[in-house]
Amino acid sequence: MIPELGNFAIILALLIACVQAFFSLAGAARGNTVWMGVARPAAHAQFLFVVVAFACLAYSFLNNDFSVLNVANNSNSTLPWFYRLAATWGSHEGSLLLWILMLAGWMFAAAMFSSHLPADMVARILGVMALISIGFMLFLLFTSNPFDRLLPPPADGRDLNPLLQDPGMVIHPPMLYMGYVGFSVVFAFAIAALLSGRLDSTWARWSRPWTTVAWVFLTIGIALGSWWAYYELGWGGWWFWDPVENASFMPWLCGTALMHSLAVTEKRGGFKIWTVLLAIITFSLSLLGTFLVRSGVLTSVHAFATDPERGVFILGFLILVVGGSLALYAWRAPRVGLGGQFDLVSRESALLANNVLLLVAAASVLLGTLYPLFLDALGLGKISVGPPYFETVFVPLMAPAIFLMGVGPLARWKQAAVPDLARRLKWAFVVALASAALLPFTMGKWTPMIAFGLLLALWIVVSGLVNLWERTSQLAAAGGRARVTYLRNLPRGYYGMLVAHLGVAVFIVGVTLVNGYEMEKDVRMTPGSSVALGGYDLRLERLEEIEGPNYSGVRGVITVLKNDRAVNMMYPEKRLYTVQQMPMTEAAIDTGLLRDLYVSLGEPVDNGAWVVRAYYKPFVDWIWGGAFLMGLGGILAVSDRRYRLSRNPRRNETVAKASALA
Amino acid sequence: MKSRHKRFAMIAAGVAALGIAVALVLNAFQSNLVFFFTPSQIVANEAPVGQNFRVGGMVLTDSVQRGPDGVTVKFVVTDTAQSIPVAYRGILPDLFREGKGVVAQGKLGTDGVFHADQVLAKHDENYMPPEAADAVERATREMRKSYDASATNQ
Repeated sequence: MIPELGNFAIILALLIACVQAFFSLAGAARGNTVWMGVARPAAHAQFLFVVVAFACLAYSFLNNDFSVLNVANNSNSTLPWFYRLAATWGSHEGSLLLWILMLAGWMFAAAMFSSHLPADMVARILGVMALISIGFMLFLLFTSNPFDRLLPPPADGRDLNPLLQDPGMVIHPPMLYMGYVGFSVVFAFAIAALLSGRLDSTWARWSRPWTTVAWVFLTIGIALGSWWAYYELGWGGWWFWDPVENASFMPWLCGTALMHSLAVTEKRGGFKIWTVLLAIITFSLSLLGTFLVRSGVLTSVHAFATDPERGVFILGFLILVVGGSLALYAWRAPRVGLGGQFDLVSRESALLANNVLLLVAAASVLLGTLYPLFLDALGLGKISVGPPYFETVFVPLMAPAIFLMGVGPLARWKQAAVPDLARRLKWAFVVALASAALLPFTMGKWTPMIAFGLLLALWIVVSGLVNLWERTSQLAAAGGRARVTYLRNLPRGYYGMLVAHLGVAVFIVGVTLVNGYEMEKDVRMTPGSSVALGGYDLRLERLEEIEGPNYSGVRGVITVLKNDRAVNMMYPEKRLYTVQQMPMTEAAIDTGLLRDLYVSLGEPVDNGAWVVRAYYKPFVDWIWGGAFLMGLGGILAVSDRRYRLSRNPRRNETVAKASALA
Repeated sequence: MKSRHKRFAMIAAGVAALGIAVALVLNAFQSNLVFFFTPSQIVANEAPVGQNFRVGGMVLTDSVQRGPDGVTVKFVVTDTAQSIPVAYRGILPDLFREGKGVVAQGKLGTDGVFHADQVLAKHDENYMPPEAADAVERATREMRKSYDASATNQ
């Protein structure tokens, strides 16, 4: 009964979405306020019914209703309740429903927080979002209905893939999806702007926080996925340039470019059509990501049963959305206009260069991801593009972008002078260069890559400090009080920028040092034997049998010794999940600010001996720490008061002026 | 006139930078493609020696041998028609099994042994790596063809 209710709710939501799309778009085109008025209540109702549908599916999972095919395939009665809940979005069908839920949620939020927007704008935005929603709901109902029954029901389910039975997996997909789908808002804004032909800095101010929030979710979602791969896959790697990872990385790169381009559109009225194009590209890449991950063209932990019908449907939808919006763009973009002029050396040009670099990076990822698929589809042979390609491409592309991250924020809008910038940043560069050249010696080994990585990271930090120093100096010179007192006067958006850039620096430090100094040992160990690694001794004490709720296995007990003194215990496990008979390596990680010790059990060899893999990974947690700081920066930027006050139009203008001055 | 020059300089700089970036990307792409060969192709000397590539197929039953250090592993990959010995040092993935699909990446030595630096099995028990499936399928097709050919000859 409950699954049928869910199915019915989705059908109702689909009908509402059709009504919403038609009346809001037609109403906006004809200037009919009554028709446009349908948009908001329809968005609310659609959200309500999608929530009901999702709740019904979650209920079926929690109550082990194995007469539902999706539940029978992806859950099991021995699974703990939180994994049963996570299993709701662990399958293709469920994750699609989650996508629809997120979309409805963003639509609901857009309807809630748009009271200050003109009615036709709101109608167009909600109309475009409803169109996307229709596409996904049709896809769900026709090719991947999560409520399909399985009769007669089996006694028990086939269990969730053990790799997904993990706290990280409970939150990774929702976060990532919030990011993916969040870009639909700015996409809808862009399409609405093209339809109405109105695009000014107010438009940019509306769309900016939406983009930033989506970007924050995507950043955190990707970081969680990478962290999960690190501790769960047992290889100690944190990024594999796997097509699925690339699928989420491409919208991230474009989304980053979009955020920066929106800044120019808001502050200077420039980059207008460029911003709109970026919004379209970013959301298109989000859709492409969904297509790649969910259609089964890619094979990974994310891909489920390969079903060509699904692939064709998403591909068609993708072509419709991308083609339609690009055609609209070609037709209407000239009406929007280019926006403000700027000089060859200016903050705009620095941001434009960064944008181009980010897009080229995204394009190179796209090439590396899609080319093998094309060859395969055309029957021209199987190839793969491995990490070496992406690494060779990314360093030279990102290095100038990171250099500009230091210069851009200090450059003046419209026109800046190179000698002036050089004078202000001279010492920052010298300090960064000197420390980067010397620091590797203190850590044992000097290589050009380590020094270069540190140089980039330090450059961001030092130039950020110069920026902060100059800003407070200006205020102190004008106000006459001590510098520190002005730290509180600087807008949150400014701090957001500094923190997010600092996050990039922290991330680079993590990547550089872990690549430069990591140590790995694969050894055969018997109880009592030990292995020396990075100044530590790892001693295998014993191996014990363990029994989990839905698995059994072996656990190694390892003492970590430093200078012959026990400092910690580690418990790596080898599990065998009983339902799918699938073995799983649970690595043990001793986490620290400056290093991780990472131990995973390989396999038993002879006479009670095991092959054990141990890693010493310096600064590896800085990678995710950096991503977290980037996200924090985004949150700070969104909490800036100019967005909070934007409901009141009159105060809005004064704040806009103030922030333009700042 | 001045602003026109400026704009020209800007466009030229942009195009030049973009050109360099594209050249860089394509060059890196060209030199980092990893090709895939089936055991039959390797036996037929179609695969390059001393260059990175991938081989896929099934792990031959009872072929896995472990060295005395416990970390060095030797096994045979087969596409049912031909097989190739593979040497690997390190921990095998959880789902590595005799009789199951596997993909190895590495270099072919002059001794005819494939020295793998990466061994991939898949995340799901029921799942066969596409390369491995492809290798077996191709070998079966070839065998059927030669069988048909010999049948018509008689």
